[in-house]
Amino acid sequence: MTEARSEILAGVRAALAGVDPAPAAPTVPGVSLTPADAVAKFAERVADYRAVVERCGAAELADRVAAALPEGSVIVPEGLSVQVPDAVVDDGTLTATDLDRIAAVVTEARVGIAETGTIVLDHGPGQGRRIISLVPDTHVCIVHEHQVVADVPDAVADLDPARPLTWISGPSATSDIELDRVEGVHGPRNLHVIVVAG
Amino acid sequence: MRVALMVTCINEALYPRTGQAVVRLLRRLGVEVDFPQAQTCCGQPMVNTGYLDEAVPAVRTFVEAFAGYDAVVSPSGSCTGSARHQHSIVARRSGDADLEAAVADLAPKVYELSEFLVDVLGVTDVGAYYPHRVTYHPTCHSLRMLGVGDRPRRLLESVRGLTLVDLPGADQCCGFGGTFAVKNADTSIAMGADKARHIKETGAEMVVAGDNSCLTHIGGVLSRQRSGVRPVHLAEILASTEATVDEAAEVDAGADAEGAAR
Amino acid sequence: MSATFVGMPAFPEAAREALADSQLRYNLAHATGTIRDKRAKVVAEVDDWEDLRVAGAAVKETALRDLERHLVRLEETLTANGATVHWARDAAEANAIVAAIAKDHAAEEVVKVKSMVTQEIGLNEALAEEGIAAWETDLAELIVQLGDDLPSHILVPAIHRNRAEIREIFMSKMAAAGRPAPDDLSDEPAVLAAAAREHLREKFLRAKVGVSGANFAVAESGTLVVVESEGNGRMCLTLPEVLVSVVGIEKVVSRWEELDPLLRLLPRSSTGERMNPYTSTWSGVTPGDGPQEVHVVLLDNGRTRALADEVGRQALRCIRCSACLNVCPVYERTGGHAYGSVYPGPIGAILNPLLKGVGHDDQVDSLPYASSLCGACFEVCPVRIDIPAVLVDQRAQVVDAHRNGVPKPEAAAMKGAAYVFGRSSRLAGLERLTGIGLGLARRVGIAAWTGARDLPDTPKESFRAWWRRTDGGRRKEHGDD
Repeated sequence: MTEARSEILAGVRAALAGVDPAPAAPTVPGVSLTPADAVAKFAERVADYRAVVERCGAAELADRVAAALPEGSVIVPEGLSVQVPDAVVDDGTLTATDLDRIAAVVTEARVGIAETGTIVLDHGPGQGRRIISLVPDTHVCIVHEHQVVADVPDAVADLDPARPLTWISGPSATSDIELDRVEGVHGPRNLHVIVVAG
Repeated sequence: MRVALMVTCINEALYPRTGQAVVRLLRRLGVEVDFPQAQTCCGQPMVNTGYLDEAVPAVRTFVEAFAGYDAVVSPSGSCTGSARHQHSIVARRSGDADLEAAVADLAPKVYELSEFLVDVLGVTDVGAYYPHRVTYHPTCHSLRMLGVGDRPRRLLESVRGLTLVDLPGADQCCGFGGTFAVKNADTSIAMGADKARHIKETGAEMVVAGDNSCLTHIGGVLSRQRSGVRPVHLAEILASTEATVDEAAEVDAGADAEGAAR
Repeated sequence: MSATFVGMPAFPEAAREALADSQLRYNLAHATGTIRDKRAKVVAEVDDWEDLRVAGAAVKETALRDLERHLVRLEETLTANGATVHWARDAAEANAIVAAIAKDHAAEEVVKVKSMVTQEIGLNEALAEEGIAAWETDLAELIVQLGDDLPSHILVPAIHRNRAEIREIFMSKMAAAGRPAPDDLSDEPAVLAAAAREHLREKFLRAKVGVSGANFAVAESGTLVVVESEGNGRMCLTLPEVLVSVVGIEKVVSRWEELDPLLRLLPRSSTGERMNPYTSTWSGVTPGDGPQEVHVVLLDNGRTRALADEVGRQALRCIRCSACLNVCPVYERTGGHAYGSVYPGPIGAILNPLLKGVGHDDQVDSLPYASSLCGACFEVCPVRIDIPAVLVDQRAQVVDAHRNGVPKPEAAAMKGAAYVFGRSSRLAGLERLTGIGLGLARRVGIAAWTGARDLPDTPKESFRAWWRRTDGGRRKEHGDD
């Protein structure tokens, strides 16, 4: 394999002999929004993907989460900022098969992107392992207003690539049949986003 | 300003009326064009088929024929695009630095007809009269390689008597594509058939474009289908006036009869 | 999947068959029309779209022009993040690496994220020969795999199939591959998608090894990125104990921040969405979360050859959005199979010759000619690949590769044209020029022209003759003008 490595790198070197470097890429700023406009646009654009979106104050959050949950068992990560009665707290031991029997998951997020209606999880405290927000069929995701940024470049600058990241824009979907979008394939078919004031 | 006409080889041989229309139109607008006799072909057929060496003599002839002119005007988006964007590739291939320099000097002075009228002469109403219902097909090279935009439409909208109807799927290629039309004849014809269908849907008497190469293909499909819709070059519409409309129709009939007999 | 592109005829012949299939023509026109409209709508929303294209092109181009440094850096950072890096010169080496990893874990099957590069190297077939089943988990790939079919589009490999055909494939083929389709399966897309979910879920839950490609690989952080819609990608990247990613060496970008223009350009260009449903990024192994053994196979397979091509190098900027396919008038009518490769459409027409080289395979040599050079592809390309310019250059390379052999009739005609167009005196007179024109037409095939098109009538005199006779119309003569 070291032979393959040296041969490929030599091939690259030979291919580019005498070729000038390309000029650096210009930065293109994203859209600029006031915090209030960003939150409004975020809610609107998440809803465009046919996710359920609601906004509430901090005091109402626990009730809203409870109301968003379907029948059946619920899993939550460690460090979730809201109490979910009867929820299983993930201790890192549940397998995919175990999680397949759980109906819903509640997590927080790391960033919300207004322009694209995207939620980004970096799987830190309150978000948990990637698997827990993937296998259950309903994902209730809490986004705090202060976490919402205007556009993709703001999010990229804010995120740490050393962490695993999951960018979520609406429920699982496919356009594979006649290029018509259909919601709900392998990922959570129900995405419920609660945007909390503050 | 010294202005030369690049008539193009296809107009030279098959559509002299288009070249004549450009001369008449520009003369009416106060511009005397020269026709440098040394000109032949821009070389695009060879370049686009991959024969770069074979295109070198054509490009050399081109820069020699048009050297010294302030502007070269051509009734073809495709040939203009070839001169502006492909001659440099051929010149580089030739290894002749003088040819490269001559191409670099000449290329920006080559204008497609609608560009010359709107950008150089600054006119959109050329005083034309053409009492027909027409639809406009923007040819790919004029649209995308040159970026003529809405110039042809603005010129057509100013023609008295003319009814311009929108062409569905106008920006879709007609399927000509030079030697593509024979190398991939089946695909070319499938594209041409869709273009012809859209043209017929408009109910226009004529389809107008800025390239007789594309019009040969589109017109060939329309003729085979006995559609009754005729292809016409933009220059011929813009050159038309009340005085020439009837006369042209008569000459047309005569020329067709004679041509068919050849 | 036993279907293969090997031995496909040259493009014109393959296209003729496709054009005769009216169901295919309808499916393609419907699907490409739908996606074109969606793309146009979301692109129009972005004020700075042209600036973004320039930035996207520059991000990829700067990485490519300094590729050795970035590859070495990527290897360092991936290794530091706990991944194992492998290098593969060609398909056989890459396939052997993946098979060896699966065997180390006694895996009899792997689950796959949709990936162009693993199709390019024929990984599924290679694994099958080693007794390892490779399950495609993207809906369209599943349709192609179950149907023993070939992919015909980069983004939507089953674009040539409509809902009724897909239902038929699920009904007849799912049972042999695992969980059967329900008896009451309808042809509603949502119902078909639900059947795929049920069928694949048992495979996700038990899989020990996942296989992916990557949309981007960030050198400075050692991060891989997968962009997808269905969540099958997340399943494959998260659930198995072992993850192997096969990554073409052109996928590298320098810095994390440079993902920005690309993540804004790709979804709008490909599925016509503001953002695709899921994007996953990972930097090697994350303790306690996801696969604890991570491999990355860096693949050449012709990429250094393409990189050496001065004009064609830009094709390596491609981010596989398939916008060029969706707007291409040739693709819309012939579909993807006619291109004889997993990379069809305008990008395939340049990428295949660049990766494989020209002059030794008629099928490959026919691809640069599978275009009317209308330029619609360049107009939509998010990383500004001037596909028409590369096509013309590839045509020249095809011609040059054959210059020492027996000249084709076309070559003789072009030489004749070169002679005549070199001096105007040689074409003085109409007969001469039309003679050349018709001669050329005959050699490249007049029958091909007249099959469905009439030829125009020939005028009585050439423009040149008219000009001389009338002094450019200044001297009126009888019968003139």
